[in-house]
Amino acid sequence: MSPKRLLAVFIARNKEFLRDRSALAWNILFPVLIVGGFAIAFSGESMDVYKVALYQDKGSEQVAGQEFLNTEYIQFIETDDLDHEITNVERHQVDMLLDRNTQRYWVNTTSPKGYMLERVLKGTIGNSFKRQEVTGGEIRYVDWLLPGVIGMNMMFSALFGVGYVLVRYRKNGVLKRLKATPLSAVEFLTAQVASRMLLIMAVVVVVYFGTDIFVDFAMFGSYFNLFLIFALGAISLVSLGLLIASRTASEEFAGGMLNVISWPMMFLSGVWFSLEGTAPWVQKLALIFPLTHVTSAARAIMIDGASLSQLSGHIIALLAMTAVFLLLGAVTFKWE
Amino acid sequence: MANNETLLIIEQLSKSFGKLIAVDGISFHIRRGSCVGLLGPNGAGKTTTVEMLEGIKQPSGGTILYKGNPLDADFRQEAGIMFQSTALPDFITAYETLKMFRDLYPRSIPIEQLVEACSLQEFLDRDAKRLSGGQRQRLLLAIALINDPEIVFLDEPTTGLDPQARRNFWKLIREIGERGKTVVLTTHYMEEAYELCDEILIMDHGKIIAEGTPDSLLAKHFNDVVVQLPADDLPEHFDARDMDIFRANGSVEIVTSDVNAAIEMLMSNHVSLKRLKVRQRTLEDLFLELTGKELRDES
Repeated sequence: MSPKRLLAVFIARNKEFLRDRSALAWNILFPVLIVGGFAIAFSGESMDVYKVALYQDKGSEQVAGQEFLNTEYIQFIETDDLDHEITNVERHQVDMLLDRNTQRYWVNTTSPKGYMLERVLKGTIGNSFKRQEVTGGEIRYVDWLLPGVIGMNMMFSALFGVGYVLVRYRKNGVLKRLKATPLSAVEFLTAQVASRMLLIMAVVVVVYFGTDIFVDFAMFGSYFNLFLIFALGAISLVSLGLLIASRTASEEFAGGMLNVISWPMMFLSGVWFSLEGTAPWVQKLALIFPLTHVTSAARAIMIDGASLSQLSGHIIALLAMTAVFLLLGAVTFKWE
Repeated sequence: MANNETLLIIEQLSKSFGKLIAVDGISFHIRRGSCVGLLGPNGAGKTTTVEMLEGIKQPSGGTILYKGNPLDADFRQEAGIMFQSTALPDFITAYETLKMFRDLYPRSIPIEQLVEACSLQEFLDRDAKRLSGGQRQRLLLAIALINDPEIVFLDEPTTGLDPQARRNFWKLIREIGERGKTVVLTTHYMEEAYELCDEILIMDHGKIIAEGTPDSLLAKHFNDVVVQLPADDLPEHFDARDMDIFRANGSVEIVTSDVNAAIEMLMSNHVSLKRLKVRQRTLEDLFLELTGKELRDES
């Protein structure tokens, strides 16, 4: 392995990508447009339903605050998980939480609905309940969607960006010319992976913070963890792209293969909708796609603030897939 | 046994793809500092042969010895290669392409020197995909020379170039030879082989059917000349007196070893000699004679 040769190919590949303005613009604009579109589409409030979560011991005959509970046009939801419900108040999933055992209530200081409910509460039962404040933005569909859209963009960039380029280079003889130099296959492939990784991660950062300015995403976890998950996802997808393009010189065949892999992956890995309601076998099947692990893990970090140890299953799956794809891709690689 | 002057020894080299035998047990030597031309129609086995010599394709049988050894990593450093059709990475300038290839070799010659030798000055900053045919070939030649090779393989380097660009390219190839490098060239332009090569191997159907210096090949196979006239100048029927008459591309050719007799025959038929031409036989004629095929026949 010669760093000099690796670097030479890496630099050339980076320049090539950066100067291909249309591809670069597409890589950045596509996810921004999707996220922006959904942010606008889902920005209008739908039905004005006021939701209040009720926490009380099961079977106990609580009377505290009963008058408030008689208010019409408020939906009361009983709960037995106080912590979970506090989180829901923080994210505007419910507008108020009432703990009838200790006579406390929680409202989100940034929620207009919470403010209205508080006025109703005081109007009906006075100051008998103690106020607990939380703050936090709403978890919107667009917050949930963002990790999926970034993952999807990454997938297309990795599969088509690496796959198509390799096949084109094989077809038009660039690879053959490189084969006639002392450059080894491992050096060449490493440079391709490294270059694509750099570009994908740069695009991820630009897209994330670029859309964040307008949409202001919910982010409860660590940026480092999120970056790590996206990086692991990117390398597994780039490796998959290498594997698909390791032998063929037919752009049609490679294009077909890439589509056959990327489209089911996009729909089954929960980019657009949650797989929670789907059949168990679908959820099992989805686990074979790297993107499923990227999307789930990124959502867990952003929305639930999950730590890396909580995501170890996804991390191991991504690492294992990367190893298998890279190994197979390198072994089966052909210059011509 | 190889003497010091022999760089490559090829013995019984063959290559088959499935049932197709592309190269059929050919043997020849390449002397250091010589320019060897492989000639033949499309599908004759020229490119397959050259790619085996370059170490790009594995032979099905036979041996190739470079300085007495099988082709190895050292050979890759000492060989310069220009393939028949190579694209270059898009969006990279000619200069950057050279820089990338330079960094792939442990030893290289300064880029400025190559720019000079291959006349790349005018398009160094141009994107590779915006180069004209001749400019691209010059850049590819520069890439082939970047590792300061001892032996340079050029596979149909001037195919698709206009006559002017072709002649300019010949000058570059001649200069490579003048610097003491060995050149192996495939072409289907007879004129190119005649102009550049010290030694010619004519291939057809995977075999070498003739070899030698251009002049010795012609002397060996021909002792006649061609008398040429526009077809319009001859009547439809005339007494040809047993002479071989060929009609092609609007002209009539009489192949003869006795020019006087041919002219006498024409005069007796009252043919105007105003536009008559006498030319020597060329490698093109030789090729036609040996293979029955036109060299540039694309089929």
